[in-house]
Amino acid sequence: MMNGMPILTLLTVLPIVGAGIALVSGRHARLVAMLTTLAGLAISLVVWTHLPADGSMGFVERAAWAPSLGIEYHLGADGLSAIMLVLSSIVALMSIDASHRVHRQPNLYFALVLLLEAGLFGSFTAQNFFHWFLFWELSLIPAFFLIKLWGGAKRGPAATQFFVYTMAGSVSLLIAFLGVFLATGSMDFEHLTLLASTGELAQMVTAHLGNVMPWLALGVLAGFAVKTPLMPFHTWLPAAYSEAPSPVTMLLTGAMSKMGVYGLLRIAVPLFGHEYSVMRTPLLVLAVITVVMGAWAAAAQKDLKRVFAYSSVNHLGYCLLAIFALAVPATSTAMQNSQAAALNGVILQMFNHGVTAAALFWFIALIQERSGGIRGIDDFGGLRKPAPVFAGLMGIALFSSLGLPGLNGFPGEFLIFRGVFPLAWVAATVSVLGLLITAAVILTVIQKVFAGPVPERWSGENSSGFADLHTGERLALAPVIGLMLLIGILPQLIVDGVNPTVMNLLAHWRF
Amino acid sequence: MIEQVAGFAPQTASGIAQLLWLIPAVPIVAAGLIALLKRPRRKLAARLAIGSLVFSLLLALCAFVHVISGWAAGHAVRETVNFTWVQFGTATIDLGWVLDPLSAVMLVMVTFVGLLIFIYSIGYMEHDENFTRFFCFLALFAGAMLGVVIANSLLLLFICWELVGLTSYLLIGFWYHKPSAAAAAKKAFLTTRVGDIFFFLGIVWLFSQTGTLLFYNNGVGSMEPVALGGLVSAHAALGLSAATVIGLLLFAGAVGKSGQLPLHVWLPDAMEGPTPVSALIHAATMVAAGVYLIARVYPLMQAGAGTSLTVVTWVGAATAVFAALIAVAQNDIKRILAYSTVSQLGYMMAGLGLGGVAVGIFHLITHAFFKALLFLGAGAVIHGCHEEQDIRKMGGLRKEMKITFLTYAIAMLALSGFPLLFSGFWSKDAILEAAKQSSGSKGPFYLLAFGAVLTAFYMMRQVSYVFFGKWRGHGHAHESPRVMTTPLAILAFFAIALGAIGTPAWPWFRGFLEDRSVSFELAKFGEPSFLALLATSTVIVFVGLGLGWLLYGNKSPEPEERDVLEKAAPPVWAALANRLYVDELYGVTFIAFYAWWARVADWMDRHVWGGIVALVTVIFGLLARFNRFFDNEWINGGFDKSCEELYSGGGMAARAQSGRVQTYLRILALGVVVLVVILIWSSRG
Repeated sequence: MMNGMPILTLLTVLPIVGAGIALVSGRHARLVAMLTTLAGLAISLVVWTHLPADGSMGFVERAAWAPSLGIEYHLGADGLSAIMLVLSSIVALMSIDASHRVHRQPNLYFALVLLLEAGLFGSFTAQNFFHWFLFWELSLIPAFFLIKLWGGAKRGPAATQFFVYTMAGSVSLLIAFLGVFLATGSMDFEHLTLLASTGELAQMVTAHLGNVMPWLALGVLAGFAVKTPLMPFHTWLPAAYSEAPSPVTMLLTGAMSKMGVYGLLRIAVPLFGHEYSVMRTPLLVLAVITVVMGAWAAAAQKDLKRVFAYSSVNHLGYCLLAIFALAVPATSTAMQNSQAAALNGVILQMFNHGVTAAALFWFIALIQERSGGIRGIDDFGGLRKPAPVFAGLMGIALFSSLGLPGLNGFPGEFLIFRGVFPLAWVAATVSVLGLLITAAVILTVIQKVFAGPVPERWSGENSSGFADLHTGERLALAPVIGLMLLIGILPQLIVDGVNPTVMNLLAHWRF
Repeated sequence: MIEQVAGFAPQTASGIAQLLWLIPAVPIVAAGLIALLKRPRRKLAARLAIGSLVFSLLLALCAFVHVISGWAAGHAVRETVNFTWVQFGTATIDLGWVLDPLSAVMLVMVTFVGLLIFIYSIGYMEHDENFTRFFCFLALFAGAMLGVVIANSLLLLFICWELVGLTSYLLIGFWYHKPSAAAAAKKAFLTTRVGDIFFFLGIVWLFSQTGTLLFYNNGVGSMEPVALGGLVSAHAALGLSAATVIGLLLFAGAVGKSGQLPLHVWLPDAMEGPTPVSALIHAATMVAAGVYLIARVYPLMQAGAGTSLTVVTWVGAATAVFAALIAVAQNDIKRILAYSTVSQLGYMMAGLGLGGVAVGIFHLITHAFFKALLFLGAGAVIHGCHEEQDIRKMGGLRKEMKITFLTYAIAMLALSGFPLLFSGFWSKDAILEAAKQSSGSKGPFYLLAFGAVLTAFYMMRQVSYVFFGKWRGHGHAHESPRVMTTPLAILAFFAIALGAIGTPAWPWFRGFLEDRSVSFELAKFGEPSFLALLATSTVIVFVGLGLGWLLYGNKSPEPEERDVLEKAAPPVWAALANRLYVDELYGVTFIAFYAWWARVADWMDRHVWGGIVALVTVIFGLLARFNRFFDNEWINGGFDKSCEELYSGGGMAARAQSGRVQTYLRILALGVVVLVVILIWSSRG
């Protein structure tokens, strides 16, 4: 504990203040954003390293807000929250680093990025629904404008689709949660989790509203299913990811998509674990479809950004697979360990996917800078020759995404399958197909972009060629690549911090 | 005969076992350093790579001596060092390494053969512009391969297994500007990954069933009796025990890596890589990793109630013949050797299945030497003939390339199993003997014997085309530099000498691996069973070699001329020359399905799931229409206009006037009002 300092409040307010400064700081908006985010990263790391050893909530701040309405200012962070704070800071830093070519309205751009960051920080630390929902929605507004104003040619429809879709999810989430509130008079996650773990929640809801628990569970799930996404609620994603400017896509996939999984772990499963265990089979089917068809749809794409957009669907599909698979009453220590493996794997996968996917979209941003916006998978070839370092570093990021052992992608996937296989072996067995197809997709990207002869466009006399990474870019990317290696070799750096929280969460979940 | 080994008691790790991790770590660090070299510095790169491997070799020899002395003193060595990698729940994932006869033998082989090939590469890659990167990849490969060898944990083995797969991918695609090389690299990675996903499932299953992935851990490892007992009694499916199914899943991984049917298709294509790579990775070491894996998990395979080992045997025997048949009709010098490798890996698998670890691994070791020699010899030939790989455009090279010819002939005789003098005879004979004495079906024996005839035949064909007859290429062939011929000579020595440790009279190798005392009994050579087998083998080899010489020896047909066998049976020849159409079959089935299903997935996304979005949008549109009194801008497109305003005008003022924001805020405000009303209403209640 940090001597009662309201450190989580500070963390959330910081980017909001930063956004205000960025608006009026003239040409230095990017610098302001970067410094703010660096400070945010530092605070996140302090939170991450000072968590309670038993996995419970640390840095708790409570203050009366509107007590008669069940609204309390209640913040806290456990391993799950803290690792998401760290991830959000890292991804935001990468995104700001990558967006050095914002020529139009840079002040507004960076202010919006910081606001989005505030939304992430706020929703990852809120322990009260009202508060959480505010930040959940807050992150949506800047994301919408970032796509709408700085996006590609079809940004209009993409932004609207993103907005409408996510709003629809949010509305269903809100309505369902109101039901819970009506029955219990509480919006506090901790309190509601306790109620749910004893089964009282279901009794209260049934007493007040009739037999609606399954519907509430589905309503809450819908909000997160859209955000993560779970197929078939994902169709906003390829358009939004490909039309958003690449640095914004980094934020969308690296950090915002994690809000969905986080919400499942913080709200949906704790409150409705039993309901999900009842509808586990159809949910598992959807998760397996997300894993396999996501990878397969990526194989059909011609636009690099859409390839990685679908690939993201596939990677987060593993998280959903694990969450649904572990929604089953544990009757033995072995089962508990499988659940723990799956949940550790989910959190590790969230972090790793965040870093890797953000890095991949960063590389696409760099490719677009060099190619004048061209990013078709068939437009390139042989780029290893003119840009060996580029190819090498992007290659590492690609293999990380492929799940190569030794890089960060592998440990999370291994833990997930270690957990899922004993709990739902059919789903696990079908889902490994996703690993194979993802490999095919990624190797095809490498083959088409980096191998073969260099096309006329990049080697001809009239072309300016394809420049390798310059020193600044190498220095900017090196820490990210280093992080991939580090987590790949020492995943315990994350798992050791997360495991107590995992145990704590599982102890309170009732299936 | 297979006996339960009892001699390996729990032991504390000696100093050398503690340091074992350095053997893979040093080459990996060397690879990292080479990768970071500021500018391509050829000499330094080669020195770093070779120096690191010399270090590993010395350490491996120390470990080997330690294991031998322990064995000689009567206590078999199996020392492990384990540590926890990740903890989840109350369980842990442990990694570790093991020093026992099996890993010691493999360590010495991999470092020694690897070192010779590294040295050879200095000459072979001399003119390549990416010389530095080549040595970086080679060193990385060596480190990863040595990691596979020392792993005491199935997970660590898998991690290193995937890393050797990566280096194999990188080195097959080393000349990435050639589309064929890039395609071959991808094919290799993906084909082996098909096996690997089964392997992965096997690992996960074994882990959840036994709670550990360590092989040996003082009685609680997964390859030790307690865990195996649990696996045997656990029921899986179709009446098979978990031990059987897990064993078969792991074997699927080995099938991919070791190019067994039906996943052999990648290995011949892997010849797109530079020849030293073919020698080191795709002949001597990496492809043998599958065989090594099965040897490592042999207790599990045995626990599979015979089913697992029967499958291993039949797959191996079928592969041995299948690939040997195809090798007969190939004209690319490296492809013949590649199919030969597939075939020999089949022998190793069959040897494991029929005769146990020592039989399979002995052939693995002897094969590593003579097949590396064959590939390096082929590399010398290719270099000497100005990058020509078609054996029909060579000929008479025995005069121009004397050392290459001599060493190649030794390796070829070893591969063919020429009686008594060559190591290949003894290792292959042990497999045939095991097949003959097997209590099960005699089918594998006949398959393997037929494969042996074919082996002698296709090697004779190749040697006749390349070294006999008259020169049919263009330009002048030339002998290779010393840096390339010296490794050939050393390998040739071992291609002969290694046989001495595996004869029936002195089965040192078997005794060493299986912890049994060994004595020298010359009388074994006089036993009828040995003489009968010797006679069989001699007939097999001489039929193969003789037929080959009869049809091809000194004939020197013109390159355009059809092969004698092709004239005799055109359809059979065409099928063999086209690799029995396996690639084509996969092309129209799996690959076509993959592409078609990808399009289906994309179509579903755009039209089916997209339709749901369209529906949602329509509903929202209707809501907006209903809402128009409050929000005219929504329908008028003022939304877009005001966004543009915000965009161009900028600043706070424009944002405040943005219709879209207003819309959104209105919805949100409305929501909040509703929420508050409900809250107040309910808190009163």
